[in-house]
Amino acid sequence: MPITTTKSAFWAGVRDGAPFILVAGPFALLFGVLATEAGLNVFEVMTFSLVVIAGAAQFTALQVLENDAPTVVVILSALAVNLRVAMYSAALTPYLGKAPLWQRVFAAYLLVDQSYALSHAKFEAAPELSVPQRMAYYFGTCLLVMIFWFGMSYLGAALGTQLPQDLPLDFALPIAFLSMVAPMVRTLPHLIAAVVAVVVGLLAVSVPYSLGLIIAGSAGMMAGAQAELMLKGRGA
Amino acid sequence: MIDSATLWTVIIGLGVGSFLLRFTFLGFVGDRPLPPWLLRHLRYTAVAILPALVAPLVVYSGENGSTDISRVLAAVATMGVGMWTRNVFAAIGAGAATLFVMVYLL
Repeated sequence: MPITTTKSAFWAGVRDGAPFILVAGPFALLFGVLATEAGLNVFEVMTFSLVVIAGAAQFTALQVLENDAPTVVVILSALAVNLRVAMYSAALTPYLGKAPLWQRVFAAYLLVDQSYALSHAKFEAAPELSVPQRMAYYFGTCLLVMIFWFGMSYLGAALGTQLPQDLPLDFALPIAFLSMVAPMVRTLPHLIAAVVAVVVGLLAVSVPYSLGLIIAGSAGMMAGAQAELMLKGRGA
Repeated sequence: MIDSATLWTVIIGLGVGSFLLRFTFLGFVGDRPLPPWLLRHLRYTAVAILPALVAPLVVYSGENGSTDISRVLAAVATMGVGMWTRNVFAAIGAGAATLFVMVYLL
């Protein structure tokens, strides 16, 4: 069905965003559970999810906090994990940059993997959409994902303390992260970035203040970018 | 146990920082193009930083920093199935199933 009005654009976004509750929901639930296990109360869990809205960054912050790292390192590590949203912001700017400032403020707050991926694909495929229609579509993609994000965070926090003690929950986080990363490894430079980051991460594990993560992440990023340049140079 | 003042500093710092990451381009930069070298590095943030975070948790997963074979196999299963199927749920299922079976067997 072609999008003709701002309203129909919003509902098209809601429809396209619906399947992604299956991704956002479980991660929010897991965050609620693990944060509660780490000693956060329901109010702290909900504020965390409401203010940050970034699964991977929230898991990272939780993990580095438990390592007793300095506060600034916790924040920097989690922000490093979240750097990709800056790239999303840059990619959406040609399409949404002319919208009113208050709309861009809300759009920025709600910028996550799902809203970016759906909207960017839509804006490329339907260049005839007006700026208000694009914004409406964008907010539509966020609606259900955000409801599930907050709802499942709450459910996880409420359930957290009632789960059986012998579940190997310590390893839920590595499995969650690996399952997010694995589908992203699409090219040789991606693989090189991941391998370099793992090797440096293991070598740098005893670097003080948990800075090893930032060192290893930077090394991986540089390796990936360099590999991409070299492959391009050879015409591959 | 996580200290409450530290936790709130992290929540607020991370909230403000995340918002700035999301707003910078949409809000300040407008539709000016970004330097290619910057975009090239940003493309590899997730595939570099998440594995770097996970690697020590996998390799030093046993008691007192030893290696726990169940957890290593679970990590390999998650990564392998995830790269093969490109499906987040298949990857989680494979990892969790491997972990439960290994913990049960050992």
